Amino acid sequence: MGKIEWAMWANEQALASGLILLTGGIVGVAGQFRNWQFAAYGIAAGIFICLLEYPRGCKAKGNGVQRPGQYCLTVCVKAFGPLTRNYYIRALLHAALCVPGAFILCTVLGCVCLAIASIIYLLAAVRGEQWLPILPRAEPREKPGESIKEPPQNPPPRPPAEMRRKRAEDMEGAAYTNPMPVMPNEY
Amino acid sequence: IMNLIINEGVSVFMVVINVALFTVTFLYYSSQEAFSYTRVMLGSGLAFARASATCVNLNCMVILLPVSRNLVSLLRGSCTCRCRVLRKQLDKNITFHRVVGYLLVFHSVVHVIAHLSNIERYHESQSTEAGELLLKLSSLGDRLNESFLNPIRTYNTTPTKEVLVNVSGLSGLVITLVLALMVTSSTEFIRRSSYEVFWFTHHFFVVFLVGLVIHGIGGIVRGQTAESLLMHNVSYCREHLDEWGDVDQCPLPHFRGSDPASWKWIIAPSLLYICERILRFTRSLQPVAITKVVTHPSNVVELQMTKTGFRMEPGQYVYLQCPAIAPLEWHPFTLTSAPEEDHFSVHVRVAGDWTAALYCVHHLTQGASMPNKPLAVDGPFGSASRDVFRYEVSVCIAAGIGVTPFASVLKSLQYKSSNPRKLYFFWICRDTTAFEWFRDLLLSLEGDTTGTGRLVSFHIYLTSWDDAQARHITLHRDSQRDVVTGFREKTFFGRPNWDQEFRSIADSHPGSNIGVFLCGPKAISKVIRKMCSTHSTSTLRGVHFHFNKERF
Repeated sequence: MGKIEWAMWANEQALASGLILLTGGIVGVAGQFRNWQFAAYGIAAGIFICLLEYPRGCKAKGNGVQRPGQYCLTVCVKAFGPLTRNYYIRALLHAALCVPGAFILCTVLGCVCLAIASIIYLLAAVRGEQWLPILPRAEPREKPGESIKEPPQNPPPRPPAEMRRKRAEDMEGAAYTNPMPVMPNEY
Repeated sequence: IMNLIINEGVSVFMVVINVALFTVTFLYYSSQEAFSYTRVMLGSGLAFARASATCVNLNCMVILLPVSRNLVSLLRGSCTCRCRVLRKQLDKNITFHRVVGYLLVFHSVVHVIAHLSNIERYHESQSTEAGELLLKLSSLGDRLNESFLNPIRTYNTTPTKEVLVNVSGLSGLVITLVLALMVTSSTEFIRRSSYEVFWFTHHFFVVFLVGLVIHGIGGIVRGQTAESLLMHNVSYCREHLDEWGDVDQCPLPHFRGSDPASWKWIIAPSLLYICERILRFTRSLQPVAITKVVTHPSNVVELQMTKTGFRMEPGQYVYLQCPAIAPLEWHPFTLTSAPEEDHFSVHVRVAGDWTAALYCVHHLTQGASMPNKPLAVDGPFGSASRDVFRYEVSVCIAAGIGVTPFASVLKSLQYKSSNPRKLYFFWICRDTTAFEWFRDLLLSLEGDTTGTGRLVSFHIYLTSWDDAQARHITLHRDSQRDVVTGFREKTFFGRPNWDQEFRSIADSHPGSNIGVFLCGPKAISKVIRKMCSTHSTSTLRGVHFHFNKERF
């Protein structure tokens, strides 16, 4: 159980909690039950959490599987810098967000799920994990050097004919090393 | 669509059953006289909650069956007749488990939403602003000899508190939480990146099932008793609330909670599953002796083992556990030896912590100082590869690491005298490093010109090369043996042209049933499946390609 990245699971749990909170909120507002204002809060908090948690971070090794269409949100979340990168802050944020959900029945489930996500984030933070955005790497493609357009005018320098003639009894000795170093691109 | 139904038959069947059961239960609770007063309080929330609950029960009943590996193996083994269709469905047990899981989650969501609304409505029926009928119904149960309809007895409380105080409410909350945790840890991403999280959290299903049984005990859903219905005329009494108790037609109605039903649905599969786990455990206690350890290049170690009473078929897999490394972890490995040999073997490639630890333990000790119980083995578990011998002509396609089940098949081929007449073997991989041991097997087969070598024709496709390799290969185009693999058969580069291959096979074996066996990733599976259906002729005398996929 060495290399488990808790943040990955915490992210899934938080995203699910956001959806649960949102659903509970919709039920509460639609039914217009007592204290439905908490349900309205549930909708707002649910949407916020979904937006925050949708962009998946990359794993410690640098690779990561993106969720479809997460690029815009990655940029937004990244813009907050250390606030979103640090998992202690996220754990605290989720713990704070879940509290108002405990007041009415519809959002209680979302509240508890979010609390669990907060605990897992805390665990991830204690282990030193961080949220790193998955951004497309813009590598400049290697262009062939300019010399490819100009073929050489002269043949490469060769040693004199007698050296070049292969002797059947001495194949090893007949081999020679090229006097000029050959490199792929000459600028 | 027809293809979908044929290939995923059982799953589609499950969905249809779910829909049917939901509809039937919904209509029952929407129309039954016994629940008319309940419906007054809850509206359609009652029907939704009950219908989804019944479907949850159904899905819980079914979900344990596909993961009882031994049961599935038993069923597969007993289908010795030509029921290929059934065996194909048994291969899809994990897909089925997942589909049922999704249905379970869906119905749980419906159930939770319905009950959220129900509890709030029960609560509101106690408020002074509620209608007359609601207040009258809610007040029932306050006095002696009255049975209550509304589980919430006063307005002076919060629905949350009522839920937490009630057995059904609390158990419902707990099991929904458990379900949420199980779902979030079972996503494909988590399964691939940290399998232990998935495996450990998934075992909370025990809590889920126990909680499910407890959940029904509260008897929250209440309906009028049959005797009360006989005496109490609902359609009249609804309009004449003041006459309740005074008039003959309207004695006070009596209500009863429905009996808990979940246990009836899940008791049999749960017992089966418990037997399965006991079987797995006792099997794992049997001693396994490691007879030989062979180290292959590219960090592959071959473990040859013996175990009393171990019987295998080619292409099956076992679960290995090494108590010295991790007492709780079981990892699947395909068996690479033939059943006719006196030992069974697995080839383990170092790909993660556990395999690296296993490599160290066995490579370094090499039998010198073996711990008392080096390994535990559970299995073997069935897979499609053993059907290779049931067809006259077999086409085996292995992509990358998918080659391991076929090692066992090819070795076993050397001992068999009958089917198949011909075996085409396609091996597609990036490069043959990490599979040198398999290459040696193929080399020995090729050398065996009189025996099995004639039966097998293999084609190797390497899909990655760099410039230096390309130059080297081009320079040696005309040599007798292939420069990369050393076979007489030249390796191809790039991906095979399946159309051509299938067509040539179909032409060489007209009118036969050809089994196609694939072990590899999903992308290639789609292509091959399409090829099988395209090149199978519809006439009875024509050639038929039957697709079988192995899955890890």
